[in-house]
Amino acid sequence: MSGFFKSSVGRKVAMALSAFFLMFFLIIHLAVNITSLFSENLFNEMSHFMGTNPLIQFALQPVLIFGVVFHFVMGFVLELKNKKANGVAYVRNNGAANSTWMSRNMIYSGLAILAFIALHFIDFWIPELNTKYVVGDMSGMHDGNFRYYHELVEKFHNPARVVAYVVAFVLLGLHLAHGFTSAFQSMGITAGRKKTLQSIGKAYSIIIPLGFVIVAVFHFFNH
Amino acid sequence: MNLTLKIWRQKDSKAKGQMVDYKVTDISEHMSFLEMMDVLNEQLVNTGEEPVAFDHDCREGICGMCSLYINGEAHGPDRGITTCQLHMRMFKDGDTITIEPWRAAAFPVIKDLIVDRMAFERIQQAGGFISVNTSGNTQDANSLPISKIAADEAMDAATCIGCGACVATCKNSSAMLFVGAKVSQYALLPQGQVEAPERVKNMVAQMDLEGFGNCTNTGACEVECPKGITLENIARMNRELMKANI
Amino acid sequence: MALDSKVPKGPIKDKWTDYKNNINLVNPANKRNIDIIVVGTGLAGGSAAATLAELGYNVKAFAYQDSPRRAHSIAAQGGINAAKNYQGDGDSNYRLFYDTVKGGDYRSREANVYRLAEVSGNIIDQCVAQGVPFARDYGGLLDNRSFGGVLVSRTFYAKGQTGQQLLLGAYSAMNRQIARGKIQMYNRHEMLDVVKIDGKARGIIARDLITGELERHSAHAVVIATGGYGNVYFLSTNAMGSNATAAWKIHKKGAYFANPCFTQIHPTCIPRSGDYQSKLTLMSESLRNDGRIWVPAKIEDAKAIQQGKLKPTDLAEEDRDYYLERRYPAFGNLVPRDVASRAAKERCDAGYGVNATGEAVYLDFASAIQRYGTEQAKIHNIKNPSEAKIYELGQAVVEAKYGNLFQMYEKIVDENPYKTPMMIYPATHYTMGGIWVDYNLMTTVEGLYCIGEANFSDHGANRLGASALMQGLADGYFVLPYTIGDYLSHDIRTGKIPTDTKEFDEVEKEVKDRIDFFINNKGTKSVDHFHKRLGKVMWDKVGMSRNAKDLTAAMAEIKAIREEFWKDVKVPGSANEMNVELEKAGRVADFLELGELFAKDALVREESCGGHFREESAELDGPQKGEAKRNDKDFAFVSAWEYKGEPADAVLHKEQLEFKDIELKQRSYK
Repeated sequence: MSGFFKSSVGRKVAMALSAFFLMFFLIIHLAVNITSLFSENLFNEMSHFMGTNPLIQFALQPVLIFGVVFHFVMGFVLELKNKKANGVAYVRNNGAANSTWMSRNMIYSGLAILAFIALHFIDFWIPELNTKYVVGDMSGMHDGNFRYYHELVEKFHNPARVVAYVVAFVLLGLHLAHGFTSAFQSMGITAGRKKTLQSIGKAYSIIIPLGFVIVAVFHFFNH
Repeated sequence: MNLTLKIWRQKDSKAKGQMVDYKVTDISEHMSFLEMMDVLNEQLVNTGEEPVAFDHDCREGICGMCSLYINGEAHGPDRGITTCQLHMRMFKDGDTITIEPWRAAAFPVIKDLIVDRMAFERIQQAGGFISVNTSGNTQDANSLPISKIAADEAMDAATCIGCGACVATCKNSSAMLFVGAKVSQYALLPQGQVEAPERVKNMVAQMDLEGFGNCTNTGACEVECPKGITLENIARMNRELMKANI
Repeated sequence: MALDSKVPKGPIKDKWTDYKNNINLVNPANKRNIDIIVVGTGLAGGSAAATLAELGYNVKAFAYQDSPRRAHSIAAQGGINAAKNYQGDGDSNYRLFYDTVKGGDYRSREANVYRLAEVSGNIIDQCVAQGVPFARDYGGLLDNRSFGGVLVSRTFYAKGQTGQQLLLGAYSAMNRQIARGKIQMYNRHEMLDVVKIDGKARGIIARDLITGELERHSAHAVVIATGGYGNVYFLSTNAMGSNATAAWKIHKKGAYFANPCFTQIHPTCIPRSGDYQSKLTLMSESLRNDGRIWVPAKIEDAKAIQQGKLKPTDLAEEDRDYYLERRYPAFGNLVPRDVASRAAKERCDAGYGVNATGEAVYLDFASAIQRYGTEQAKIHNIKNPSEAKIYELGQAVVEAKYGNLFQMYEKIVDENPYKTPMMIYPATHYTMGGIWVDYNLMTTVEGLYCIGEANFSDHGANRLGASALMQGLADGYFVLPYTIGDYLSHDIRTGKIPTDTKEFDEVEKEVKDRIDFFINNKGTKSVDHFHKRLGKVMWDKVGMSRNAKDLTAAMAEIKAIREEFWKDVKVPGSANEMNVELEKAGRVADFLELGELFAKDALVREESCGGHFREESAELDGPQKGEAKRNDKDFAFVSAWEYKGEPADAVLHKEQLEFKDIELKQRSYK
């Protein structure tokens, strides 16, 4: 089995497995964010649960971090290997004739997402860790209320940040537009289901980023 | 029609190559692309220059010898054909046509537009067969009914001509469409089941050893494949390898 | 030297079995000490190399392409015959034997053909076991189609790519042996001569086509499986690289060349479109199962079509001349190839051709689409189907059967053959003639074998469709591995053959001198220039219809072209590199000699038989008027030519053909 993950096919499978996990995470993340559109309370409670539940914090969060790191590192490793496999470059290459822009540029959409994740960490995740584990305030309260909703709203006051988020989500959409079906293909799950998978993939790669964009834009205009 | 050709010239595997421009005139639209190349070569021989070396043999799209990267696409702009079946009616008078060899580290250039595709052969030698002696003392052909669907699917996979367009066109120089087709042919037939796990392991291992890249499912190979080999064959290979490892 | 066919005694049904029971065998330990060279790795060479290696011999196999999988066997479309009688339509070994001998116009050796029929069933068993995906019916059993010249359905097929699938099967068997190290594969190598020691074939000189280096290879026996010489016509359905060099070189070293004039002109090829044409593309004979061949019945319609003023679909049914159905009601569109080709030429010569050059006839699927559509509508319970629906259903059936051929046609001609009839015209396809071999497939040189299309043995003067694949695999898988053992059993004490001997020195020098000549000859004309001129003479004067005057002229013309070639050919580049023009020069030089012998053979054979039609020998009246007239009294022999320097000086040896199990009859398909 260890030999399997060293093979080219095995690496694809590993990429796909980490992708599945990340795609599942995106659904959860969006589900929580969406609640902020209609219920401050619900959003606060869900955020607090997510931020303080030990199972999520100490079991799932490390797995998520590992998943993100793995997906990126493996992506770069494969990209380098593939570049090496290319040999001399073509003088003229018409990639658009036979494949989508998204499929050919996963590394760039991936890099953009990586940059976004850095921004996102600085915005939310690092302050959150600081409050909880450095300062040691696990209450999730500020001035007598839950702080989560206000923090969210505050971040989206800045139009530059909103633009950066929207651009990043568009790139995430492009990444997913190829990545969703690609992960299934790598797992060998296509037989007779190709059309269905493609439709679901299309829907997923539009709905998920759009949801995040709506959250950002909503709070920008509403406050 | 009159055309400008930009062609990769390289004396041998060690030499450094370069693109060279040529002009051809009075090309008929009914000519095949390789007949246009014949015209160029006749012209070069008559002026004492060395003709452009390119692989070709059957000129009816089945041997898999011909292998040109024309205007940035394997086997040129038409679909479902090899270079020898590409006709000049796909081009216009005054066009400039760029002609390059297959590019992949595993396919080194031998001369001009000819590349070495022996990596494909070694992959097949690693397991692309059913170990049955050719004694003729096998069971009667009809004693093993095979569903028409399986037989037809195996046939679709088996139509691969091993030209290498999939590798040439892949941004990763991956050979998975070729290997997927070879694995699939046997995986779909009952005769291939006995050795299935070892076959897929050995063939994938040899593929990796040859230095082909990793598939990222862009699907370019499927589009450019002259024989319509589908991505499903890659998915099947992935399944077969997972199965073999569980 | 008297020709001895070495056909075993006894009744024809028992010959092969008795033979196998009585030959000498080589024990497995000794096989490891014996080397065999196989030149050419198509169906015959590939299957032979695989089987010999499985048996334990050390095999060295040579191919000019970069892989055995590219040999031109791969282009065979329609199928492979075998007397399995799966359809229960009365097939048997005897009937396959009978059809093949009759189809070959009684110019093949009975014993060889019977053996071929006997092992034909094994081929199918073998290929299925190897994973060849033959077409099947819904019950999971193998499907058959019918081919020209026979009244049963015995042709097994894999879509329109049967040759490809069989070759990949043979190559997979080779791969298993290459992986084990039992076959050493020499790709991109061309055999340029054979080396004889004490009268026995003991090795070859080969050129590495990448580096240009000459190599010596020794062995205890040499097998030539390099295919036919159809490219002597320049334009043919053969691959561009298909050549007669190996066969011609062994002929010059003592192997007799048999029946060179027996060449098959295949009736269903895509017509020539211009002078730049480099090769002709075959449309499988299987198309004649469903396609109907016709030309306009009225000469004015034909003229209008030639000028592009009229479309074939405009012509009413009664204005069409389905000339094969008219002339040969019993076999109709499924007459043998030679008959169909001559009939097409006859109509076109009379002015009824249907393209601008006047050299094309129609192959029409409209009625097949109609027939299948109606049948499908019934199967699917569609009441009162519309014309369009019937067409759609019928087209789907035709597409399933011949889709790849239709696509190929459309790509080349730029016309949709589902909507308008295809245009076809005969083209050189296969050569029944070849190196003379005895029952053991050994040539007149000891230890030198010849199998597949390269030999002459099984198809007489005309080959039936789907029999080439059968013969190639029969020779390679099931015949040669036995017969060669009998010969090699005397070689178990010989030991390795050294290559540093004077015999190797001499032959290598000959080869090198010739290469140097080409490189140093500062001529003015390209190799193709001469090849095209040779092809034109061959097609015009030694083509589908021949006469003494033209043949005599052809011999002189070919000789003149050859002399000019040696004076004025120009080969750029050097000898020590990949040099495509140099490769071609060597091949064309041999074609220029072979072509003359070809014409001489055609001149000597003053009868019409199979693919060889002498205008002087036709039925003058009666129901067979205009048909070919065979002369069994004077010409029931194989012409085996011995090389004597110039092709014109070749000496004829006759192997009389005896027909004990088949009555000689006029071949009638009426």
